[in-house]
Amino acid sequence: MNKLTSIFLLILAVFVSCDTDNDDTISNAKMAFNFSHTWDGTPVTNSDFNDLKFTNANGETLSIERLRYLISDITFTSLNGETLKVNGYNLVDVTNNEDLTFEPITFIPAGTYTNVSFIFGFKNEDNIHNAYQDLNSISWSVPTMLGGGYHYMQLDGKFVNSSNTEQGYNFHAIRAVDNPGNRPTFPQNTFITVNLGSVNISGNSTFNIEMNIAEWFKNPNRWDLNQLNQGLMPNSMAQIMMFENGQNVFNLISIE
Amino acid sequence: MKKWNSYIIILLTFIYTSCSNESVETYVSTPSPLEIPQLFEARILNPIIPNDNPQTTEGIALGKKLFFDPILSGNNSQACADCHAPENAFSDSDRFSDGIDGSLGNRNSMPLFNLAWNYDEKFFWDGNTFSLEHQAFVPVSDLTEMASDWQDVEEKLQQHLEYPNLFNLAFGTSKIDSVKVTKALAQFQRTLISSNSKFDKFLLGEAVLTPEEQNGFNVFMDENRGDCFHCHGSESNPLWTDNIFHNNGLDKTFTDLGLGAVTGDPADNGKFKSPSLRNLAFTAPYMHDGRFATLEEVINHYSEGLKNSSTIDPLMKKVNQGGVQLSMQDKADLKSFLLSLSDYEFINNSAFSNP
Repeated sequence: MNKLTSIFLLILAVFVSCDTDNDDTISNAKMAFNFSHTWDGTPVTNSDFNDLKFTNANGETLSIERLRYLISDITFTSLNGETLKVNGYNLVDVTNNEDLTFEPITFIPAGTYTNVSFIFGFKNEDNIHNAYQDLNSISWSVPTMLGGGYHYMQLDGKFVNSSNTEQGYNFHAIRAVDNPGNRPTFPQNTFITVNLGSVNISGNSTFNIEMNIAEWFKNPNRWDLNQLNQGLMPNSMAQIMMFENGQNVFNLISIE
Repeated sequence: MKKWNSYIIILLTFIYTSCSNESVETYVSTPSPLEIPQLFEARILNPIIPNDNPQTTEGIALGKKLFFDPILSGNNSQACADCHAPENAFSDSDRFSDGIDGSLGNRNSMPLFNLAWNYDEKFFWDGNTFSLEHQAFVPVSDLTEMASDWQDVEEKLQQHLEYPNLFNLAFGTSKIDSVKVTKALAQFQRTLISSNSKFDKFLLGEAVLTPEEQNGFNVFMDENRGDCFHCHGSESNPLWTDNIFHNNGLDKTFTDLGLGAVTGDPADNGKFKSPSLRNLAFTAPYMHDGRFATLEEVINHYSEGLKNSSTIDPLMKKVNQGGVQLSMQDKADLKSFLLSLSDYEFINNSAFSNP
């Protein structure tokens, strides 16, 4: 009988050890970052593409045919100033309705954070030519004559020009560059740090972030597509204008 | 105590017996994973190999034999290789290929190489078929191509002196069906890897570009001159295609809707897959309908021949001027660079030639 008792106790121990945790709080939370898009408040999805249905601040009618952009370096800043970085980057592909939500594998400790931020594009130290196989595979690279690395955004479409003719535009954001060639120079950084503000993390959370596409053409530089439509990658002035207009493109709508 | 020992022995014997290996022998063909070229390994994602069709020595050999064998056609007169000839980088030098009864298709035969890196797995000029295995079903039964009935093909192969054994070696059964035929063809086609052009060797430090080739590459990469890289990639992507569908300004109106006929979306009308720029020395004529016989015509098209339409890709530059307006020197140099992407070792590789 002693052996039977031992076996029973052993089984009981195994059973108890397999029981699910019943903690009331989650010490490490999983994050998700969901990107949606509007044109001055009107929702935009890929079903709105290929249609001259938008009007920019300069009064030009335009369509969107392709929109994809890179976000990286998500950072949580704690009350004592320490930063916690989320590994990885995400290419938001609105054209194909893919990867609109980024769910990094990094867990974030519950608590209050004075700021959450991400980078639109890559910081210069992360913008390493040929470094990322997935981005190379979708031809996201920037020519080495322009400094190499990767695009930050490709926004392509058509607009009705001053001759009342449809014309293509390529609003491609990259690191601003001068002197294209073997020794390009970089007048200023044009990746954008997007600050989402303070947050309190008590459990798994989804950050709902909205891009107002119209803002790229609006403030502080009213964009004239008749003047700036194609060949913008080697145009450092255009890149700096994109950087300036991009400061208020993203907004945190809610945290769920 | 003795009783307990007996119970434990019986229990252990039962567990041991139940866990022992079955003595039934199962045939396993010889794994033959793709040899991934150095630049591909370093720069882009791994190739797509379906879990249910791994590469094997026997499967590849069978696929090769089938590829070159006219037995797949309705009257035993035409093999896959007739329209996908090795010396043409597995394309056809004729603008349109003729089927077994002489009828012509309406598109140029696509070259075949680096197919395992078509990540979206959309095949044909209009992407109408998903996966390389499914692709192989189409030309065999297409009435303007090999015009076979798949049941007849299966019967012919089953009655053949060699094939039942070859299928047995490849798939562990001599019972032949169309799925196994297409699996074998796909295995062979995945081995058609082109990675040894002069430009590949330049990137590996094994060759030097001429000044003309170097300037041509600069034209290709310059957004204000050729701007070819947005659709055809760069030195970062050894595929030299985005495998995506674009309207590149060939026509004002469309007799062939391309992707639009597949999706039903008018916004896709006139869109066709960007072909790889590898092996252009062997793949004339060019474009989905083979309308251009020479590379000069292709370059002239992008320079001053673009035609506007509602679905023309916005990446096409200066459409109202007809194109990017390259100088004569830049055109010549661009051609030199493009030809440096041709891989003579690929078309002369005996592993890919008629057995």
